[in-house]
Amino acid sequence: MRHVFPVRIGPVGFRIGSDWRTPIAQLESLYADYPKPRDGVADFNVRLFAARPWRRFMRPAVMIGGDFVLPEAAPLPLAQGLLAAEMGMNLQMALGQRRYLLLHAAVVERDGRALVMTGVSGAGKSTLAALLGARGWRLMGDEFALVDPETGLIHPFPRLVSLKNAAIGVVADALPEARFGPLLAATPKGDIRHLVPDSAALAAMDMPAEPALILFPQFGFEAAERAVPPSEVFVRLTQASTNYVALGERGFDALTRIVKTVPARAIDYPDTDSAVAQVEALWAAL
Amino acid sequence: MARPESLRVAHLDSFMAVYHRSSGITHLITAPAPEIMAVLGEAGLTFAALTERLAADYELGDTDAAALAARLDELVAAGLVSVA
Repeated sequence: MRHVFPVRIGPVGFRIGSDWRTPIAQLESLYADYPKPRDGVADFNVRLFAARPWRRFMRPAVMIGGDFVLPEAAPLPLAQGLLAAEMGMNLQMALGQRRYLLLHAAVVERDGRALVMTGVSGAGKSTLAALLGARGWRLMGDEFALVDPETGLIHPFPRLVSLKNAAIGVVADALPEARFGPLLAATPKGDIRHLVPDSAALAAMDMPAEPALILFPQFGFEAAERAVPPSEVFVRLTQASTNYVALGERGFDALTRIVKTVPARAIDYPDTDSAVAQVEALWAAL
Repeated sequence: MARPESLRVAHLDSFMAVYHRSSGITHLITAPAPEIMAVLGEAGLTFAALTERLAADYELGDTDAAALAARLDELVAAGLVSVA
């Protein structure tokens, strides 16, 4: 394609091609400190392309393509090209990743042990991961936990942290020194701004961690906490996995191992300060 | 029970997760299904013998043969129990 950007995020190499320079320039800037794919070979390709040749110039609309595609994905305006690239990368992982069991979760690490936070969109996974990152936790990722079926370890996937709506201001206040991408206003997911993971997260992107706690956070309720029984954890994690079925028996073994060995808690929280305090207390009690 | 090599089993609290290799489907089963599979074992039993063993092992008074037959049919349909 006309413009190309290769990048490696944790163990996964991507090659993003685009009909336009702008999204590639943004990726080059925000992913400047990331390594390139190993041996120059990407695991997945993403293509940002114009539906018709003239749509490169006339009301430019970015179609998301790649090795794996959703047939009815709607195009995004060029101003949201960075979001299109991120969505394309997530899509390749969700549909094509076979090496790891993927859990839709944010992961942070402390003392070599990983806290896995999973929940529906809007539960506050990315926000909590970013805020814990501001308190000395290592950010391993805000979108996918990569579980190695052989070892049970979680591998980092520290892509740009996708902050939405009110979370943008909350995290900007907590991390005044951090780098952020451009504000992408009024996207299909609301306002979005990307946070660049800090140097500690990037330096340790090849260091996996043992899962120590699974957390199901839920925003918008009085602070509460409960233990989650293994069978419920099993069901919720199969729902949170994009490739559990595709992995077959390896997925079953990887998931049952986690469910049997890692404690799980559900927390309700009224605000992010409360959530951080609840997480720190749970972690201290492990 | 189906051939043991066709199943992969993980015990989770009161539920049992069963991966059925032939179909690639995961089943989450709870009482009385795990008990039925345990009593049937590898060798298998006739329906009458199964009823008798369940009644003895779990100190059931009157066993409901129709309900047991229905649960068995479900396990057969899922591939977790095979019919000789």
